[in-house]
Amino acid sequence: MQDDLVSTTAEREVVVGNQGVAPSREWVIVTRGIRRDYDMGGEVVHALRGVDLAIRRNEYVAIMGPSGSGKSTLMNIVGCLDTPNAGEYWLNGELVSRMKDDELARVRNREIGFVFQTFNLLPRATALHNVELPLVYAGVSSAERKRRAKEALEKVQLDNRMDHRPNELSGGQRQRVAIARALINNPAILLADEPTGNLDSQTSDEIMRVFEGLASGGQTVIMVTHEPDIAAHARRVVVLRDGRISSDERREQFVSKVMSGTGLA
Amino acid sequence: MSLIEAARLAISQIRVQKLKSFFTLLGVTIGVMFLIAVVSIVNGMGNYMEDAFAGKFLGVNTINLRRFPDFNMGNVTEEQWKEWQRRPYITVADAEAIRDDLPPGAKWAIDDVDWLTPQSKYVASGPQLIAHAATAGYFDIKNLEVSQGRVFTEQEDQLGAAVVVIGSETAEHYFPSLDPIGKNLLIEGLPFRVIGVLEKQGSAFGLSLDRQAIAPFHSPMSRFTGPRNLYGVLVQAPSPQAMSDVQGAVQEVMRRRHRLLPTQNDDFSLESSESALSTWQSIQKYLVLAGIFLPAIGLVVGAIVIMNIMLVAVAERTREIGIRKSLGARRRDIMSQFLVEAATLSVMGAAIGIALGFLLARGVAAISPLPTSVAPWSVVVAIALGAGIGIIAGAYPASRASRLDPIAALRSE
Repeated sequence: MQDDLVSTTAEREVVVGNQGVAPSREWVIVTRGIRRDYDMGGEVVHALRGVDLAIRRNEYVAIMGPSGSGKSTLMNIVGCLDTPNAGEYWLNGELVSRMKDDELARVRNREIGFVFQTFNLLPRATALHNVELPLVYAGVSSAERKRRAKEALEKVQLDNRMDHRPNELSGGQRQRVAIARALINNPAILLADEPTGNLDSQTSDEIMRVFEGLASGGQTVIMVTHEPDIAAHARRVVVLRDGRISSDERREQFVSKVMSGTGLA
Repeated sequence: MSLIEAARLAISQIRVQKLKSFFTLLGVTIGVMFLIAVVSIVNGMGNYMEDAFAGKFLGVNTINLRRFPDFNMGNVTEEQWKEWQRRPYITVADAEAIRDDLPPGAKWAIDDVDWLTPQSKYVASGPQLIAHAATAGYFDIKNLEVSQGRVFTEQEDQLGAAVVVIGSETAEHYFPSLDPIGKNLLIEGLPFRVIGVLEKQGSAFGLSLDRQAIAPFHSPMSRFTGPRNLYGVLVQAPSPQAMSDVQGAVQEVMRRRHRLLPTQNDDFSLESSESALSTWQSIQKYLVLAGIFLPAIGLVVGAIVIMNIMLVAVAERTREIGIRKSLGARRRDIMSQFLVEAATLSVMGAAIGIALGFLLARGVAAISPLPTSVAPWSVVVAIALGAGIGIIAGAYPASRASRLDPIAALRSE
């Protein structure tokens, strides 16, 4: 039943095909022929060689791939931290691939919630203040920020840790603070980069349950990981190889391939 | 991000790094401290000079007719000195002519002086004092009040009564633990009956104004002060605005009496506290400029230190900048964060400098006769300088921070 939320390959091909045309509202992410080259001391590295990706609202997608496959580059572009050299990137109906710095900052603030492997909390700020931060840049008043940040921390069961600094919290608690921070502005996508990379397996499961809950609640979740068992929590798995998408499958297909030990990075 | 938000962030940052912040502030603090202190000392000197000249030596709104000026700043050339020596004496006839031509409301007095050493029945000798032979109007013009007894009257002056009004130090010296009123002070062997003791005057330029004796001009005192050549004739204008009229009137009388042609310069001098202070005021201007300029060197050093510290802060907090950018901070948010931090640092430095400057000025006031006072404008200048320096010093580091690539910044340790 939840798998209704996974787009089909045929649908995606149609959406991706229409260069220059805004996709319909149900598509939260559409990339068309995204390329990204880096100049590494005179040598040009092609990190992405034309990525076509379409993600429907409310999907829960894992992006996999070996190191050097371009998945980090793709995540940076999807997260509006970077822009492609060529191709289009539509996020929530906006063409972000042509945006300037300050517009990208606004999009990051409103549309994207980041969850990082290393948590990336401000070490000297309390959990509450960390969660408040995106609202500071959204220009929300102090009282309103506090109220919403408290609410967000309650949702991740950390309302009793609000005045703790990151070094007074466990890894799992830190990641839950980061999730609360990512969701505070009701972003279009939750973008997680190896969210369990620094956690033990029990805490990883705990975080995956939080993600599962968010996805069932209708939050679009995109998770970059190199661990197949973490990727298997998503409903759709996109695998990158040499800067291109090498496979894009439902969880079931992916899991069966993992079990049989074929075609994985 | 609002300014208040940025300031709050800056203060929490400063609180975390107290020691480093303290050293950062030092340059600005020292600069501002000296700015405040030097300006207030120069101001204090100004107040002291005005007080000394206007209040004590030359009198408020008062023109002192003399043969040549008593108060000189800067060098007197030999030629000038010779010219002064050739000038005619100021005579009693001159004084009376001025009195007869006095503009309405103006007051007049003769003040002839010499340095003398009196005696009393109790004390045979003592330090020299200033002996005045003055007409009765002298006390009013000089605004002198008695703490005991009374001053002499016009009649006593006309009759040449051998009475004397003495300064408080003179009273204590010659009449130790005694009531001096009614007792005799011997001046050059002649007895003068003490009728009044002046209120304490204090001193000016190291000269005690409480060591004096004032007797009527027509009393035997004038024998000692030499009435053929009067020390001064005082004319007090009723208001500061009337000063130039009164001065003009006195000048006219004297030029007429000395038969000066229009082409000839005055062969007498008209001194007022304004004229005596004019030289000082031009010096004061330079002193104030120096008072601003020298601390400016401290401020420049302070600015360089702040810029350095801010560059270090940007480097240390690269990851924080990356996190903030990933959460939606725009360039100007990062820019203002670091600018406000630099400005807050240097304004704090300035504030501490102002406090220390106040203390320094107080200290100078306590150990010297200068009534130092902190000029309000120097506090305003100090605060503005502090903020300005912070912003200038913070501009480059802040712009560097704001241009950091978020991906690289997030990856930094």
